[in-house]
Amino acid sequence: MLRVSANPTLDTVIKLVAVAVAMFAFVFVVMVPLYNVLCDVLGINGKTDGTAYTAVSTAVDESRTITVQFIAQNNEDMPWRFKPEVTMMKVHPGAANDTVFFAANPTPNDMVAQAIPSISPARAAEYFHKTECFCFNQQPLDGNADAAMPLQFIIDQDLPRDIQTITLSYTLFDVTEMVRDAVASR
Amino acid sequence: MGDHHHGPAKGLSRWLFTTNHKDIGTMYLWFSFAMFILGGTFAMIIRAELFQPGMQLVEPGFFNQMTTLHGLVMVFGAIMPSFVGLANWMIPMMIGAPDMALPRMNNWSFWILPPGFLMLASTLFMEGGAPAFGWTFYAPLSTTYAAPSVTFFIFAIHVLGVSSIMGSINIIATVMNMRAPGMTYMKMPLFVWTWLITAFLLVAVMPVLAGAVTMMLMDIHFGTSFFSAAGGGDPVLFQHVFWFFGHPEVYIIILPAFGVVSQIIPAFSRKPLFGYASMVYATASIAFLSFIVWAHHMYTVGMPVAGELFFMYATMLIAVPTGVKVFNWVTTMWRGALSFETPMMFSLGFLVLFTIGGFTGLMLSIAPADFQYHDTYFVVAHFHYVMVAGAVFSMTAAVYYWLPKWCGRMYNETMGQVHFWISFIGFNITFFPQHFVGLAGMPRRIPDYALQFADFNMMSSIGAFIYGASQILFLYNVVATIVAGEKVSDEKVWDGAEGLEWTVPTPAPYHTFEVPPSPELVQAHG
Repeated sequence: MLRVSANPTLDTVIKLVAVAVAMFAFVFVVMVPLYNVLCDVLGINGKTDGTAYTAVSTAVDESRTITVQFIAQNNEDMPWRFKPEVTMMKVHPGAANDTVFFAANPTPNDMVAQAIPSISPARAAEYFHKTECFCFNQQPLDGNADAAMPLQFIIDQDLPRDIQTITLSYTLFDVTEMVRDAVASR
Repeated sequence: MGDHHHGPAKGLSRWLFTTNHKDIGTMYLWFSFAMFILGGTFAMIIRAELFQPGMQLVEPGFFNQMTTLHGLVMVFGAIMPSFVGLANWMIPMMIGAPDMALPRMNNWSFWILPPGFLMLASTLFMEGGAPAFGWTFYAPLSTTYAAPSVTFFIFAIHVLGVSSIMGSINIIATVMNMRAPGMTYMKMPLFVWTWLITAFLLVAVMPVLAGAVTMMLMDIHFGTSFFSAAGGGDPVLFQHVFWFFGHPEVYIIILPAFGVVSQIIPAFSRKPLFGYASMVYATASIAFLSFIVWAHHMYTVGMPVAGELFFMYATMLIAVPTGVKVFNWVTTMWRGALSFETPMMFSLGFLVLFTIGGFTGLMLSIAPADFQYHDTYFVVAHFHYVMVAGAVFSMTAAVYYWLPKWCGRMYNETMGQVHFWISFIGFNITFFPQHFVGLAGMPRRIPDYALQFADFNMMSSIGAFIYGASQILFLYNVVATIVAGEKVSDEKVWDGAEGLEWTVPTPAPYHTFEVPPSPELVQAHG
């Protein structure tokens, strides 16, 4: 490479435009994925893994009992009735547990909902494994219909011993419009 | 480059088609002053509403539009373009260059600004009103709940981002390639240094801002869910992206101000700047640190403790290079032959008030304490101490300092001193009480407040009207100087001033340094 440029100003400009373009791309290809990865790995904001967990061990730690509390709430104008079957369970780490949440669409319209989970304390998020969850998919409900939505979970045996209570909260979002837009754009 | 000795063209086309750095600098300065008045008008409406508790003059929705537009117009329309204008005027003259490196791009980067701000201001008259989500436009306020005008807001941000990036590329290209022979990097005036570093910050973070508003645009119109939890996104992501831009942005605003003060204080102390090299390294350190402290704006979003600690310590670290600067300015004055003309007064006002703003910044950096201060008037007081008493005071000082060189006429010194004292007193009456109401729990961005805050708010409003009115005096003084000011008697204007810009004739001719200054001249003034 020749060290002395014929047009140093042009060289400077090309490099700086490249920096600007790279920083714009950085937002989309680095910051957004990195944020999501960090949240998943560290359980920041109580985010849980969005996919089904396959149990690796069947050993059950009966020496301790964890209290799991369930909270169901609706986002802003979501009209559905949404509640857990039980508000509290006492479980052993390593054991598979089943429960259901009930949802009812009181409107005459067909609607689609998406439940977004959050775990508190956030540190527990990575030890809370769901083998089956209605939150993995969107939930369509016809007008005036209702449904029982299953949840199966295992608390990891490695859960730190100072955590005795875990709260699992679901917020139900109305995504009818989003789904309709997505279908329309196809 | 055909005919070297032509003057400016006549009429409107001179300003439309000009590629002259002085013309473009002048347009930037006038445009930013117009935006300063517009943003100031919004501030007057805010303070009038807050004069007394209860809903007095405007609807809460309109009040929110005022706080939003006040912030956007002041940051992007007044402060940033004013320093770009100053850079255009001064950098070529300070480094002995005939013009900016890319004169035609320079014209373009100015002329896309007025349409951009016209578009932003026009949202006031649109259905649903102007943006009302604060100048930080957090999602989902700015996506799900925004008025339809948000799309125009997004486009306006894109336009002024492009303008800033072009302006900074131009500045970097000029400084790196067009310095006169003998003008090494470590001989450049500090204003040039601070702008060089600022321009790098701008090139790095304005695209991030563009990315943030582009994601908003896609969420609003194209069905993506970057910031919508329902679709798997996260509103907190917006805050991270915004402040990754936003924190370097506050140094983009203050670093050129540091540069201005580093020119003026030595001139009126009649001593060289103390610790030049440490000033350069301190500026670079501040710029570097600005990229790793963004989350101190969002301590309350629920970060892990390790994150809070990291951002707290990194933020506190910024006090070290900033302290180096403040001590250097003070030491420059130590045993100097001081005189207190208006530019020096504004620089001293800057020094005192910016330091107060820096200390409240340190208070805010303490993560556990910030939970109380967050989103209160304490924050409002803090950032007005660094933005107004920091950036705006130093910009005012710059205008008084270089105006005689620009137009060959001397401003009215008495009027300048009066302007300073009214500004200084008005500013402190406005913002000092806001520390108290903030610590007592008054939230920011509200049109009404609890009765116990009434007295301090009335004081604030009175101070704001005084400070606002003092700008009219400033405008009058500048216009009167240009039109009918007394001719500058001393060719050099200020006896203590150093730098190549003072070696050209007064008033500065349309073209300067068409032939580079001799290395001896550069040595003498470097």
